[in-house]
Amino acid sequence: MWVALSYACWGISIVLALWMLYDWFKIDTTFSEDVLTSSREGELEAVSEKHRI
Amino acid sequence: MTVTLEPAVQVQGDRVSLLRVLGPAHVWALGVGIVLVGEFTGWNFAADKGGALAALIVCWIVGLLYTSVAMIDSEVTSTVAAAGGQYAQAKHIVGPLMAFNVALFLVFAYTMLEVSDAILLGDTIVAKAGVEGLNHNSFIAATIVVLAWLNYRGVLMTLNVNFVITAIAYVSIVILFFSVSPWTQGAVLKLNELVTPGNALPYGWIGVIAAFQFGIWYYLGIEGTTQAAEEVRSPARSLPYGTMAGMITLLIAAAMTWYVCASLMPWEYLGITYYPLWDAGKLTGSPLLENLLFIATLLAALASANGCINDAARAWFSLGRDRYLPTWFSAVHPKYRTPYRSILFLLPIALAFAFIADLNQAITFSILSGVLQYTFMSINIIMFRKKWPLGSIRRGYTHPFHPLPAIVLFCLCVVTFFAIFLGFGSQLIAMVAFYFLISLWFHFYRYRFVRRGAQFTMPWPKPQGY
Repeated sequence: MWVALSYACWGISIVLALWMLYDWFKIDTTFSEDVLTSSREGELEAVSEKHRI
Repeated sequence: MTVTLEPAVQVQGDRVSLLRVLGPAHVWALGVGIVLVGEFTGWNFAADKGGALAALIVCWIVGLLYTSVAMIDSEVTSTVAAAGGQYAQAKHIVGPLMAFNVALFLVFAYTMLEVSDAILLGDTIVAKAGVEGLNHNSFIAATIVVLAWLNYRGVLMTLNVNFVITAIAYVSIVILFFSVSPWTQGAVLKLNELVTPGNALPYGWIGVIAAFQFGIWYYLGIEGTTQAAEEVRSPARSLPYGTMAGMITLLIAAAMTWYVCASLMPWEYLGITYYPLWDAGKLTGSPLLENLLFIATLLAALASANGCINDAARAWFSLGRDRYLPTWFSAVHPKYRTPYRSILFLLPIALAFAFIADLNQAITFSILSGVLQYTFMSINIIMFRKKWPLGSIRRGYTHPFHPLPAIVLFCLCVVTFFAIFLGFGSQLIAMVAFYFLISLWFHFYRYRFVRRGAQFTMPWPKPQGY
């Protein structure tokens, strides 16, 4: 049973790794680099926190 | 403008950012999930260094160190609520070079802890199976890849899973504690026979100092809660609440763990076993408790690795976003809203270390990076209070007795460095040399790519004295 579990672990790892690579490729070819890297630190804080005491 | 991939994916206004979907329970799950594995293995090596009583003494003293960490972190992070946690704090309060180093401390500490968790999980399954020739590599690979996939698919599900498995592992410690009649000595527990005045501190007080190195395991990683700062709905409330609740939870778990294990095993065995709680379950003679503690050991390792992947990826992502590393790493998945490239980049690194490193080396590098980070935090809070005194900016939480926690934290870090030097002096020197060289690279080469004004994002007034 443990040996079978070991093979199952390899199988699951390979399938999930391939799925992530496929999704990575799909996303990177669908969206522009500007959109994907558009996150900016502190945007919400700049709106909600005025820091006026 | 709206870019559409499929019905569930919509990118508004050409901006994709991390999602604010987490609450205090997720913060607790992240912090306690990373740490709780330390109760299932690691803390007990302190008994090998200084005896069972030394393991208890460091449980409380290192608990003081981490309480200081939790209080200081809660105050600063409730104000600097950004992914990257201590990295974003260092950037705003100390400066870019410190921030770069702190981010590397974070990535190393969490990646090496993830590696250690995966090795522990693989070894535990192999030990349980008892099948000759069965290798731990398949279990290590499955742990790292499945958890990376979970992290890739979204932070909410990742931390929901962490909450459930951390709670099960924690409850197993509570069940073990109450199953051995802790109020009665002699029935199951034999603390007065196993810990006597003659063997309580076999190496004296130097043994207690040496035990600091492994006392860190009781709480290593609780500061990881701050990495969720950009994804919690109310950072000023959730982060201090989740972090402090996590610290209280861990102090209780650490005390129960020591009491049960020290009352069931002689310190000579307790100090060398890899599975103190699983062994404690076996020693009760109950197959139910034995199996429960076996499963809990696996779940604790999974929860820790899961939280570590989450935190290391966010620290790496933050470095990319500020151009401290190529901006390529700062990509956010438009559907799952996770730093998917950082998760994928760190995945093969963790796998490689897990296949070639041993548990002791991996965890030593993790602890070293962690203690370097705590040392920074003690200096950071002094500078934070000096530059932005109380009343100058809004704080979600203000920690009491300043500067006492910072002083206590700094002093205990110095003691821990000495303890690590006693056990792993060459690794300590190699690690410091590595950070020195990488700092030179950052200062003389990489910093030219950084947009210097854009990296400071907090809408704060000018610091005092500037």
